[in-house]
Amino acid sequence: MALLQISEPGQSPNPHQRRIAVGIDLGTTHSLVASVRHGVAECLPDDQGRVILPSVVRYLADGRRQIGAEAQAAQALDPPNTLASVKRFMGRSLSDVSRPEALPYHFVDRPGMLGLQTVQGEKSPVEVSAEILATLRYRAEDTFNEDLYGAVITVPAYFDDAQRQATKDAARLAGIEVLRLINEPTAAAIAYGLDNASEGVYAIYDLGGGTFDISILRLTRGVFEVVATGGDSALGGDDYDRALADWVLQQSGRMAHTPSDKAAIKVAARRCKEALSDVAEASFSADLSDGPLQLVVPVTAFEALTQSLTQRTLAAVRKALRDARLDVTEVHGVVMVGGSTRMPQITRTVGQLFGQQPLTNLNPDEVVALGAAIQANQLAGNNLAGDLLLLDVIPLSLGLETMGGLVERIVLRNETIPTAKAQDFTTYQDGQTALAIHVVQGERDMVADCRSLARFELRGIPPMAAGAARIRVTFTVDADGLLSVSATEQLSGVQAQIEVKPSYGLADQQIADMLRDSFATAEADMQARALAEARVDNDRMLLATRSALAIDGDLLSPDERAEIDALLLAAEQAQTSGDPAVVEASTQALAQGTEAFAAQRMNRGIQKALAGRNIAAV
Amino acid sequence: MNLRSTDFELFGLPPCFEQDRVALDARWKDLQREVHPDRFAAQGAAAQRLAMQWSVRINEAYQRLKDPLRRAAYLCELKGVPVNAENNTAMPPAFLMQQMQWREMLDDAASASALEELLSQVSAARLERLKSCADLIDQQQDYPAAVQQVRSLMFLERFLEDVRGRLDQMDSAGPAP
Repeated sequence: MALLQISEPGQSPNPHQRRIAVGIDLGTTHSLVASVRHGVAECLPDDQGRVILPSVVRYLADGRRQIGAEAQAAQALDPPNTLASVKRFMGRSLSDVSRPEALPYHFVDRPGMLGLQTVQGEKSPVEVSAEILATLRYRAEDTFNEDLYGAVITVPAYFDDAQRQATKDAARLAGIEVLRLINEPTAAAIAYGLDNASEGVYAIYDLGGGTFDISILRLTRGVFEVVATGGDSALGGDDYDRALADWVLQQSGRMAHTPSDKAAIKVAARRCKEALSDVAEASFSADLSDGPLQLVVPVTAFEALTQSLTQRTLAAVRKALRDARLDVTEVHGVVMVGGSTRMPQITRTVGQLFGQQPLTNLNPDEVVALGAAIQANQLAGNNLAGDLLLLDVIPLSLGLETMGGLVERIVLRNETIPTAKAQDFTTYQDGQTALAIHVVQGERDMVADCRSLARFELRGIPPMAAGAARIRVTFTVDADGLLSVSATEQLSGVQAQIEVKPSYGLADQQIADMLRDSFATAEADMQARALAEARVDNDRMLLATRSALAIDGDLLSPDERAEIDALLLAAEQAQTSGDPAVVEASTQALAQGTEAFAAQRMNRGIQKALAGRNIAAV
Repeated sequence: MNLRSTDFELFGLPPCFEQDRVALDARWKDLQREVHPDRFAAQGAAAQRLAMQWSVRINEAYQRLKDPLRRAAYLCELKGVPVNAENNTAMPPAFLMQQMQWREMLDDAASASALEELLSQVSAARLERLKSCADLIDQQQDYPAAVQQVRSLMFLERFLEDVRGRLDQMDSAGPAP
C-alpha cells in the first residue's frame, strides 16, 4: 500500500517544488555554507566532514587552484600565490590597505580596486572571492544533487556601497543568484532569535577576522528591526595577531627577512593567540630563515598589548547606543559572533560594559551562516508560513559634493531601507549647461574625508540665469543596501538617463570577460548555460504567477483571468523550446501581463494590514 | 489607497499631532510585512519593482510620522501653512539669546559630564516646545503659531546634534588621562 506523504506545517507542500537555497558566510578568515533541511538550519560539510572552508586560494604554476585547507597549509610555502583574507581588499584601492608591506603579496595599484599578481597573472579580490563562493556552491549542489536556486550572502553591517557591490559581483562570477545581501549581525540575530523566541532590544557584537560590527536590533513578533549599526571595517582578529607578532619580534630583537618569514610569523601569531584563549601562557614559535624563533607569551601581556584594539570596539558600541538613543540598561541581551570573541578578554570587557553575561551558546563561527540559511529558505518561498521580516538600515550616510568640497548628506545613516530621497540643486553660473555630480559615502563634512562612490554629469541643461535651474537628484537604496542615483532638470524636463554604478564595482563587460577567462567556456556550453538559465527564470515566473492566482485570483475579472491563463500556457509551452530567446520572451510577456494584477495584490495587502489593526483596536 | 495618499491615510491614523508611538511602530511593521520586497522575492521583477516603490513610500511616511518635529511640520503643511524654513529665519530675540548662551556652554564644555548636562537641559527645552506644539495643533488649530514653534525646534535639534557630535568625538579620542 502506498503511504500518503504529509508535509509539516510551514514547509513546502510539494517536495518537488522545494528550491535549494543556502546561506553563505563569506568571511575574512573562513567561509561556510548552510541550508535549512527538515526544518532545521545546518552547516553543510565537505566530503571530508569539514564545515569550515578557510578563505584562502592558492594559484599554482601549472594552472591549477587550491581552495581552503589545502591552500591554507601552503601559506608559508608559497606566500605570494596563496591569497588569504582578501575580504579586506574587496572594493578597496591600495591606498586603503594599512601597511601593505607587511603582507607577502605582490599588489597591483589599480584605480578603484587593487589587484594581486600571481603565477596565474593578476587576480582581482572579486575573482578570488568568486573561487571561494563557487567551492561552496558546488558543495551545496553535491549535497542536494540539484542546482542551486539562490543564496543569501552575508556582509559586515559596516560594509560600504563599494564593498557590497564587489561582493555581489563575486557571487555573479561564481554563478550564484543572490537572493539578498544581509548584514552579518542581523543573520546572527535571526539564528538566535528563532531559537530562543526572543523579544526586546539586542546588541550583536561581531568581531571577525578582519572586521568589527556592532548592531542594535529590536525584535518583535518575527520582525528584526535594525535600530543602529556601527563598527570598523578594518579591525578584526588579524589585528590582534599582528599586534602580537610585532610585540614578539620587538621582544626577541628578530626580523622577518623573506615573504616566507612573514607568513610563518602570521601563522605562529594566530596559533599562539588561539592557545591563549584556554591557558595562562602559550609559546610563540616560528621557523624563520635565520633560525627558529621561540618565546613564551603570558596572557596578561597579550591582553595588555591588544587593549587599545578592544577599547576601539567599545567606543563603536557606545556610539551605536547613542545613535539608537538607548542606554546600556535597556539592552535585553548581548550576542557574541565571530571567532575572535573566543578571546576571554573580549567577552569579559563586553560583559562589563553591558552589566550582563553575553550570550555565547551558539557556535560563533557558524551562527552567521545559519541565520542566512533561514532567510534564504524563506526568500526562496520554501517556508510559506514564515513570518520572518528583516528591516535593515543603511550603515553610512550618502551625499553629494557641493561648492567648496563640502558634503550635502541626502540619505542619513541608520535609515531603514529600501529608501529613496530627492534633493533639489541649482546652477551657480549664468548659461551653465552641465552639472558634475559626485556621490560620496561617510559621516565627515569634507568630501576629502569621505569615500568617493561615483561621478557623473548631467548634460544638456538649457542655458538659464544662475540659480534658475532646478536639478532634482534622487538617491535610491534597495533592500540589499545598494545605491543608484539619477538626476533630472525639472523645468526643461531634461533627464540624463544615468545608471550609476560605484566606481569600485565592476562593469558588466568586465564580469563577462572574467567569466570567459576563468571558465574558458566553449560556444556550445554558453548556449546551454543561457538556455538553462532562461528556463529557470521562466519556471520561477510560472510558479510565482500560479501561487499568486491561487491566493488572490478573485481580484481578476473573467477577461483578465483568461488573458493571464493564455500567457501562462504560452510560457509553459516555451519551456520546451531550445532557443533561450524564445523562453526569455515568454517570461517577459508573462511578467508584463501580470503587472496590473501585482499592483492590485499589493493594495489588498495594505488594506489587510490596516484592517488588522482596526479589528485589534476594537 | 495609493502612493500619493497622505502619510496619515497610509497608516490609517487620524491627522493629529499626538500619536501613540507603540501603535505607530506596530502599524509600520504590519505594512512592511505586506509590501517589503522580501515578501515578493520569488515573484518576478515586476512585483519586485512595485514592492520596492511601496516599501520606500511606507518608510518615508514612517520617518515623518515618528519624528515629532517632522510630523508637526507636515501637519501644518497639510493645513496650508508651510514652514518655509529657508525663507523665514526671523526668531524672537529671547530665543536667540538662549541659543547663544548654550553655544558658549558647548564651546566651554571640557568633559563628557558637562556635555551630558547640556544635553539634558536642551532636551528638556525641546520637550517643553513639543508639548506646546501639540496644544497649538490639536487643540487650538493655530497653525501659524505652531509653525513658529517648529522653527524654534529646528534650531534646538540642530544644536542637540552638535552636542552629540562632540560626545562622539570625545569618546573616540579615548578617556582623558
